[in-house]
Amino acid sequence: MNQGSGGRTIDDTRPLFLQIAERIEDSIVDGSLPEDAQAPSTNELAAFYRLNPATAAKGVNLLVDKGILAKQRGIGMFVAPGARRALLAERRAAFAASYVEPLVVEAEKLGLDETALTALLREHFAGRKQR
Amino acid sequence: MNTVVEVNHLTKRYGATLALDDVGLALEKDVIYGLLGRNGAGKTTLMSMITAQAFPTSGAVKVYGEEPYENSRVLRRTCFVRENQKYPDGVKVGHALAMARLFFAAWDQSLADRLVADFQLPLHKPVRRLSRGQLSAVGVTIGMAARAEITFFDEPYLGLDAAARQTFYDRLLEDYADHPRTIVLSSHLIDEVASLLERIVVLDGGRVVMDESADDARGRAVNVVGASSAVEAFAAGREVIHTERLGRVASVTVLGRLEGEERARLAARGLEVAPVSLQQLIVRITEPGRSARPDEGRSRG
Repeated sequence: MNQGSGGRTIDDTRPLFLQIAERIEDSIVDGSLPEDAQAPSTNELAAFYRLNPATAAKGVNLLVDKGILAKQRGIGMFVAPGARRALLAERRAAFAASYVEPLVVEAEKLGLDETALTALLREHFAGRKQR
Repeated sequence: MNTVVEVNHLTKRYGATLALDDVGLALEKDVIYGLLGRNGAGKTTLMSMITAQAFPTSGAVKVYGEEPYENSRVLRRTCFVRENQKYPDGVKVGHALAMARLFFAAWDQSLADRLVADFQLPLHKPVRRLSRGQLSAVGVTIGMAARAEITFFDEPYLGLDAAARQTFYDRLLEDYADHPRTIVLSSHLIDEVASLLERIVVLDGGRVVMDESADDARGRAVNVVGASSAVEAFAAGREVIHTERLGRVASVTVLGRLEGEERARLAARGLEVAPVSLQQLIVRITEPGRSARPDEGRSRG
């Protein structure tokens, strides 16, 4: 039931309107939904993710309140100018807590110290550049 | 918000059985509700009384501000598809649909035709000879094509396979997007319907134990797993709704949200925090004797 027709899944453990808002934000961050582009409508989101239109609307409204989407009367929702920059800043601020902290906790559990972890990260960055 | 159904202090007794126990509930216009709970929790009884198919022992039901009993003005605006819906003797599927069309003013024949095709319903077959799944499909077709302002579906999926259930959910969402109305869906397949629901009402033992937005209920509980002693220290003073143990590892489900800082503290103590789905939450809060459990779990530690 939680599978969108595109195969992307949303899970049933967190408020769905937040997950919908995050999906739209993801598209803005990765550039697939550029600034000034029209965002999907509430009904399109509801049909794609197979969820209640009121829930989809709540997710869209959250982004309007944050200034990420802007309503253009009679036409629909558009990505606001500066939205991508704002989202990047927000995600960078949350990066340490969301990703670095759990990484360090797990590394400690496995007996990987700071040097070993740093080396791993360097290796990884180098590997990506080669690809 | 616009209330279409109001239920106050509703109690229903069948002999020695208390089917509904002082139920209070308001249903709003154009909201899809999930009416959830175990068998015998009172779901069917509640829907029967809102649609005037049973009388309350005490308490009041108002639909559009009026008593529904023998009140065709109000009853024509509602549709109740029972799980064991009865049709007159010898009636064929086509006749059953034609009768429904006469009764419901907003009936949409093209939607009915589409659902008949979707579910491959045999119009010339007597209803009595249908399979369980086909019988459910007739109910779903009538309930949706009626476009009643308030529609109740009582476990509409019985006998339908996964593909047919998905068809029902998809058509329901599509049609609701174009024609919003109040829909009450009683279901045990919570995972399947969860994303369709805007609000959930949980009945347990004839009482309303939860009535809130589905999104508020998501993330209302968390599951914490780790060394027993650390888990117990975390659980102390919290509302524990479930406890499990395996050797020195314990797992507790507690009500309440955990914020970032608290999560970080738990992670530092080696405790894993996992979210709890809507279905898991409802299973936990409707488990028999669950109120006795947390203490039992702690004292065993």
